[in-house]
Amino acid sequence: MEASFGVSSAAAANAVNSPALSPPSLPFIRSEARPISWRVDKSRKAGKITTKAVAAQAENPASAASKPGHEVLLFEALREGLEEEMERDPRVCIFGEDVGHYGGSYKVSKGLADKYGDLRVLDTPIAENSFTGMAVGAAMTGLRPVVEGMNMGFLLLAFNQISDNCGMLHYTSGGQFTIPTVIRGPGGVGRQLGAEHSQRLESYFQSIPGIQMVACSTPYNAKGLMKAAIRSENPVVLFEHVLLYNLKERIPDEEYVVSLEEAEMVRPGEHVTILTYSRMRYHVMQAAKTLVNKGYDPEVIDIRSLKPFDLYTIGNSIKKTHKVLIVEECMRTGGIGASLTAAINENFNDYLDAPIVCLSSQDVPTPYAGTLEEWTVVQPGQIVTAVEQLCR
Amino acid sequence: MAQLIRRAAALNKSLPAASFAARGLATASTSPITVETSLPFTGHNIDPPSRSVETSPQELLTFFRDMALMRRMEIAADSLYKAKLIRGFCHLYDGQEAVCVGMEAAINRKDCIITAYRDHCIFLGRGGTLLEAFAELMGRKDGCSKGKGGSMHFYKKEGGFYGGHGIVGAQVPLGCGLAFAQKYSKDESVTFAMYGDGAANQGQLFEALNMAALWDLPAILVCENNHYGMGTAEWRAAKSPAYYKRGDYVPGLKVDGMDALAVKQACKFAKEHALKNGPIILEMDTYRYHGHSMSDPGSTYRTRDEISGVRQERDPIERIRKLVLAHDLATEKELKDTEKEVRKEVDEAIAQAKESPMPDPSELFSNVYAKGLGTEHKTGTLQITYNYLLLALKDLVAFFLVVFIRSRQKRSENCTSMSENINNDSTCQDPFVD
Repeated sequence: MEASFGVSSAAAANAVNSPALSPPSLPFIRSEARPISWRVDKSRKAGKITTKAVAAQAENPASAASKPGHEVLLFEALREGLEEEMERDPRVCIFGEDVGHYGGSYKVSKGLADKYGDLRVLDTPIAENSFTGMAVGAAMTGLRPVVEGMNMGFLLLAFNQISDNCGMLHYTSGGQFTIPTVIRGPGGVGRQLGAEHSQRLESYFQSIPGIQMVACSTPYNAKGLMKAAIRSENPVVLFEHVLLYNLKERIPDEEYVVSLEEAEMVRPGEHVTILTYSRMRYHVMQAAKTLVNKGYDPEVIDIRSLKPFDLYTIGNSIKKTHKVLIVEECMRTGGIGASLTAAINENFNDYLDAPIVCLSSQDVPTPYAGTLEEWTVVQPGQIVTAVEQLCR
Repeated sequence: MAQLIRRAAALNKSLPAASFAARGLATASTSPITVETSLPFTGHNIDPPSRSVETSPQELLTFFRDMALMRRMEIAADSLYKAKLIRGFCHLYDGQEAVCVGMEAAINRKDCIITAYRDHCIFLGRGGTLLEAFAELMGRKDGCSKGKGGSMHFYKKEGGFYGGHGIVGAQVPLGCGLAFAQKYSKDESVTFAMYGDGAANQGQLFEALNMAALWDLPAILVCENNHYGMGTAEWRAAKSPAYYKRGDYVPGLKVDGMDALAVKQACKFAKEHALKNGPIILEMDTYRYHGHSMSDPGSTYRTRDEISGVRQERDPIERIRKLVLAHDLATEKELKDTEKEVRKEVDEAIAQAKESPMPDPSELFSNVYAKGLGTEHKTGTLQITYNYLLLALKDLVAFFLVVFIRSRQKRSENCTSMSENINNDSTCQDPFVD
């Protein structure tokens, strides 16, 4: 494979800036997914709405000082999204442990209890099963609760409520009730947090019919997804990641919402499609840096929508590159990667030149020891090797 | 079980002790009558309400008719199940009608009711129609949930009925959520979250109760204690079967659940309490004649004598019938006519429900998500059939191509059939041999 750069190395380097992300200036392929969740009620003039999935700002190093927008950390972006929605709709409320007076264990709801009161930002006792159930009951009457799991893993205790009541009530009631809840919280493998606090619940929840699942990865899409999730009539599970809360990015001042069903083109390319989400996006972009230096041109897509998959964007990419690498943090067995592999094989088998390669975490409880934990998740080196093998 | 009979005998003694209001016998059908409940209420951390219940002839006759209708519906459902028109799980409420009817008399449609799977009669009480009920039971599209829910998933949004839940105990946190929403919107209404003696041992119940008490939510937890959690008697499942006391700091009231007037009094009392002071537990001492569900004969864990004993001594419809006759509100014949009417109504509804068609196949994918997001399985049956057809087509085309080519070859090379040449050393070679 000749070293053909689909994009200039400068722009590519820009795209892999970490930790401070600068929004990519490259055009991206937008999927034609039905645009529902960002359609705003025109009667509520909430300000101009930017509907592009990625902030399209001209990258001009010279005028960095006068850049539009403001810089935020990811948790602040989530908070902004929450606050804007609570301001806009009095039915939005927050349930969770330590979300009120404490401000949220990751400061996502800091200051909101002071502004909106204890009933709208409800400090619950440690009772995930029942406060998730309460949120569903409240949603049945028309409220729009945002349930926070202090760690996603704790929501396993609420599995019945999420699966049967959140997911299925709309169907079993013949459409009489909608459950517009948002269930959010940090998950994923952190820094030596131990097995029970390093869980990836997207693999357990993905079969639940009736819920949507999205994973945010940048401050821009975190705020947009939070807002879209709150506005959606469907129950949405928003997966955040423990290690991404302090990511910094410049996001627009004006109001924007991103689509819940669209994937994000992080880096267009020609040689291989790399599908990833959440924290693994950064491992992929790190690997992309190395790959570009070695002469490869990976196309990196942050799938963002874990249920349903944005097969339109993914398909277009596969039709171009004919090779797929999936990099995920779920465990190998029954993870998002496994489902995505099946979906791609079913739908785009004819376009594949090679079998899909899926890099996942090991099928083990996450160990405490730092070195062992490192080996549980996919590292950039492994991604580089996988691409080299795929593109041979 | 012996306890039940003893209690029932005590009831029988006190039934005729009904006192009349000063206005005397009812000439206008809404003039008040005061009736004493069969048993006094027992309170836990609260002063129980008085045993004297204000009612009216109209109300008593309505009680009679409604309960007769519910009883008839459940018996009809039994027959339909045995005729295999209703499948899966079917949990019948006959014997417990007084709880639902008494509750409705005390509240309005802004108040919410949520219950578990024994929900057919409560659905009727909340404004559901017989047609919707039977059609749903038979899985037809005119059912209240379009045939997609079944016996355990009856809902009536306009009537304030939030279902209809299959997982034991899971509805109680939902009920507290309804109460939370009522407090949030400040609309002066309450939620009755119903559960059974079996569900009373669920942890999420206590979690929800704690939160309801913490935030003074207008939630009334109603334990319909029919003394059996499926096949397990209450004393075998609960260390303390005094369910009205299990709220600890939350007050409780024990009510004779077979007496519709006692239920009405208790629910009125509870609603006032909940609006001012937060949650309260009501334990309704009731009984189900059928087994847990249609798959349970109901006689392996209790004696037939017990069932018939309760039916004789404590049947809720009989109690109202005796009251009506004692107060001369209607004659025996009129009551029998009402029952016949009700039976006819039920039969008509069943006939209508049987006419209702099965849901359209497209209903499989509707209501999975709220409108806007479709679920079409991309490689569904249609797609697979299409793929197979394509393959078959390819085979067909290949076959005809081969035939065509061979026939061409034969003609051009002047070959005879393959079998004639098979042993000969001929100039034309069948491309498909060797």
